[in-house]
Amino acid sequence: MTTLTASSTGSRGSRILGVLALVGAAWLVILALAISPADQTQGELVRLMYVHVPSAWTAYLAFALTAVGSAMYLWKRSQWWDLVAASSAEIGVLFCGLALLTGMIWGRPTWGSYWEWGDARLVTTLVLFLMFVGYLAVRRVPADPHLRSRRSAFVGILAAVDIPVVHYSVKWWRTLHQQATVLSTDFDPKIDDLMLFTLVFGMGVFTLTFLWLLVHRFRIAWLEEQVDEVALADAIRERRSEATETALAGAEP
Amino acid sequence: MSDWAYILLGWSVTGGAVTLYALRVVVRGRILSRAVPEDRRRWTS
Repeated sequence: MTTLTASSTGSRGSRILGVLALVGAAWLVILALAISPADQTQGELVRLMYVHVPSAWTAYLAFALTAVGSAMYLWKRSQWWDLVAASSAEIGVLFCGLALLTGMIWGRPTWGSYWEWGDARLVTTLVLFLMFVGYLAVRRVPADPHLRSRRSAFVGILAAVDIPVVHYSVKWWRTLHQQATVLSTDFDPKIDDLMLFTLVFGMGVFTLTFLWLLVHRFRIAWLEEQVDEVALADAIRERRSEATETALAGAEP
Repeated sequence: MSDWAYILLGWSVTGGAVTLYALRVVVRGRILSRAVPEDRRRWTS
C-alpha cells in the first residue's frame, strides 16, 4: 500500500471512492441522456437538470461543511478543521459556478435570456458564489496562520448564512425560477419516477465526486502546510550551523 | 441552437470543469508528495 501511495495523495479508500464516482458518472450519462424520458413542459431540456440540480446540491453541501469546519476551528483551534473548511470551500465554488453556468445555459432556451437580474434564486446564488470567492481570497491574504484561519472561519460562517436564503428564495420571492423539486418541504416530489430516480442518482454521484475531491484537496492543503514546516525547519537548521561555524572560527587563535 | 446543443453544452461544461479540477488536484498532490517526507503523509501508513 505504501509503495502505491508513495508519491500521490491517493489511498485505498480514495481509490474505491474514485472508482465508484466514475462508474456512477457513466451510469448517470446513460440514464440522463438516453433512458430518462423528456419532460411534458420542458421537453428534452430537462436533461440539463441532471447536472444543474446535483451541482447546486453539491455546492450547498460543500459550503455547509465549510461552515461546520469553520465553527469547529473556532471551538477546537484545530488545523485539521481549518483545512477541511478551506478545501470544501474551493470545491463548493467550483460546483456553485457550475450550477450558475448550467442554469444560464438552461435559461436561454427556456426563458429567452441567460440571466435575469430580477430573479431571486439567481441573484442570491451569485451572492453565495461571490461570498465564497471572497472567503478563498481572505485565505490568501498574508497573515499569521492562526489569524488567517480565525478570520476566514468568521467569513465562512457568515457566508453560509446565505445557503437557506438561496434555498427558500423561490418561496419567499415568487419570481421566475421554479420551486424546489426534490428538496421541497412537503417531501412529495411531483415528477415522473424515473426522472426523480435519475435526479437523486445524479445527486449521489456528485456527492461521491465531491468526497473524492475533498479527500485529495484536503491532503494537498495538509502537504502545503508540511512543506512550509519542512522549509522552516531546514532554514533554522542552516542558521544554527552557520552560527556554530562563525563561533568556531571566532574562537580559533 | 437546438435544445440538444444546449444540453450537450451544459454537460460538456460540467464534465470538463470537474475533470480539469480533478487532474489539477491529482498533479499538485503528486508534486507536493515528492517534497514531503513519507512520515509526514499520514495516509501512506
